[in-house]
Amino acid sequence: MAVNVIPQQQPFTAEFKESLLKIPEGDRILSCLQCACCSGACPFGFAMDFPPGRMIAWMRAGILDEMLKSDSIWMCVSCYACTEVCPKDIPITLALMTRAKEEALLAGNVPAELQSALEFSQQYSNPLGESSRKRAAWAEELDFEVPIVRKEKRPFDVLWFVGDYASYHPRVKEITKAFAKLLHKLGIDFCILGPDEHSDGDSQRLAGERGLFEMLAEKNAKMLSRCEFNEIITTDPHAYNALKNEYPQLGFEFPVRHYTEFLVDNLEKISSLLKENGKPKVAYHDPCYLGRVNKIYDAPRQLIEAIPGIELIEMDHNKTTSLCCGGGGGGMWLDGFRWEKAESRLSEWRVKEAAAVKADILAVACPYEPPRFEDATKAIAGAENIVVKDIIELLVDAMDI
Amino acid sequence: MTEIVVISRLVPDLVEELEIASNGTALDRAWLRLIINEFDNHAIEQAILIKEKVGANVTIISPEAEGVEDMLFTTAAKGADKLIKITGVGDEKPTNLSLAETLAEIIKEINPDLILNGVQAHDDITGDLAPQLADLLGMPYVGYISGVELGDGKVTAFKEYPGGVLAEMEITLPAVLGIQASEEPPRYVAISKVRQMMSTASIDELPAGDLKIDGDAPIDRMYLPEAAERAEMLEGSEEEVAEKLTSLLQDLGLL
Repeated sequence: MAVNVIPQQQPFTAEFKESLLKIPEGDRILSCLQCACCSGACPFGFAMDFPPGRMIAWMRAGILDEMLKSDSIWMCVSCYACTEVCPKDIPITLALMTRAKEEALLAGNVPAELQSALEFSQQYSNPLGESSRKRAAWAEELDFEVPIVRKEKRPFDVLWFVGDYASYHPRVKEITKAFAKLLHKLGIDFCILGPDEHSDGDSQRLAGERGLFEMLAEKNAKMLSRCEFNEIITTDPHAYNALKNEYPQLGFEFPVRHYTEFLVDNLEKISSLLKENGKPKVAYHDPCYLGRVNKIYDAPRQLIEAIPGIELIEMDHNKTTSLCCGGGGGGMWLDGFRWEKAESRLSEWRVKEAAAVKADILAVACPYEPPRFEDATKAIAGAENIVVKDIIELLVDAMDI
Repeated sequence: MTEIVVISRLVPDLVEELEIASNGTALDRAWLRLIINEFDNHAIEQAILIKEKVGANVTIISPEAEGVEDMLFTTAAKGADKLIKITGVGDEKPTNLSLAETLAEIIKEINPDLILNGVQAHDDITGDLAPQLADLLGMPYVGYISGVELGDGKVTAFKEYPGGVLAEMEITLPAVLGIQASEEPPRYVAISKVRQMMSTASIDELPAGDLKIDGDAPIDRMYLPEAAERAEMLEGSEEEVAEKLTSLLQDLGLL
């Protein structure tokens, strides 16, 4: 028996350029003006040998394999800042940057830090390397039962897709438990998949591991299709993005809303439970995959403003110009690599902005953010007293639950 | 073409909670999840690195176990040329000697120049699979190797000794090496390549010989770590704790 061995090294080829043109709206790459807005808007553009605009220029010149030798593609946080500012509406993040990472990964050019997160995602269905059997262990710390759909065997109104960091990360688990309490208090008929839930795979996809993303999506779709529910809700903008925009392309369609959209629909009931809990100034950080990618800017702000006593303020970068926390595009698993290249952390830039507007609380709505921003508050002079809270925590803190 | 054989085993995954079987001398296999033995993964990487540098045919041999096909297809995606699964192994772990006898029969047919195996596995208390195999095949064995360079009829291998001492030694082929670490960390291979191998590569199935369960050093008792009460917790404010710690360290003659 002979196995056809795939060569480990394959340069960026003309096929790579052709493949970009086949992606929906990918042919817009041909209309690039070389204005370099993308490279300027990129939070790590200064640390890249090939920021997006230069990648397009070199591709046009036919110098493709030079780009493979550079590891600057791994600086991309997939934050959509480049896509947002492009005057020719080129899908830079979706087509160019993500495809380039796929190409680098297939050629074996993967930073070691990223490798273990991808291996863990494959072995345990989560990038943290935790036991998949313990995915719902957080729920054991509550004084009421969180129904696991496989055990209950009945239809539910809402299926809560919990997500990786929300299930396992010690800081983020606190938010997860707070959300369970909130749903319980609101009398929502909800359930979770528990150990049958797999990583949504969105960040692995954005880190170039398309095959892994598809494998995880197939596993989740198989589990979800066995359950009866009216809609999926999730606290994780990446899970939301995967279920809303990416899974349907694989033929898996499920109605999904981010928790901020879901809670705004229940705002009347929530408002009746809220009481004043101090008068903090709260700056809200728009997560990339809630804001720029999915255009949800108002729902999170409506929830914050519903809390009596809170003053909602804006940082310099907000809504469409929001700064990435640094966790996207595989950034959760590339901290060391990116520090070596850039000697700066995006989370620290963000916290500096929160300190500049004298925020007491930095409010977030994505599970990647609390640990990143909390670390940053410890590192930035003047930010020591900023408290990082998910909007869920702000709501629950203002209720008697 | 140089023929390289790598023996790769699956071992219990320590990320999962381990349960002790009712007989009290083994793990409860019903709860086990299996994962590639880390040292065997390094042996595979070393073989692929040699293949990429100077060319070789790489054969991976694994005793059957849950998930072994996925592991073998992954090695094919990395560059292995031939995959062999040993069937009829059963749930009980065979003795190293009887497994070495089965491996020796299979490997004689391949007539390899170099055999690589992880130097240890966490479910193997004697670690003598590769030495037993070398003896049966009449080849030299050297363990704790971190780096192999293939020469003409010989290899230059780097053997680790305690205390940070590294020996560079020349070993005449054919030989069996116990790999401690490969020159580069084991590579990541994209899932799409593994999936491609699942549909294009094939695994040869060869039956095990007379595998024995008894004969290795017997295990009297297997148990989970037991909490002892020898730790002393220092209570009080930060200053008080620091003071108590300082005086404790002074009493011990460390300060």
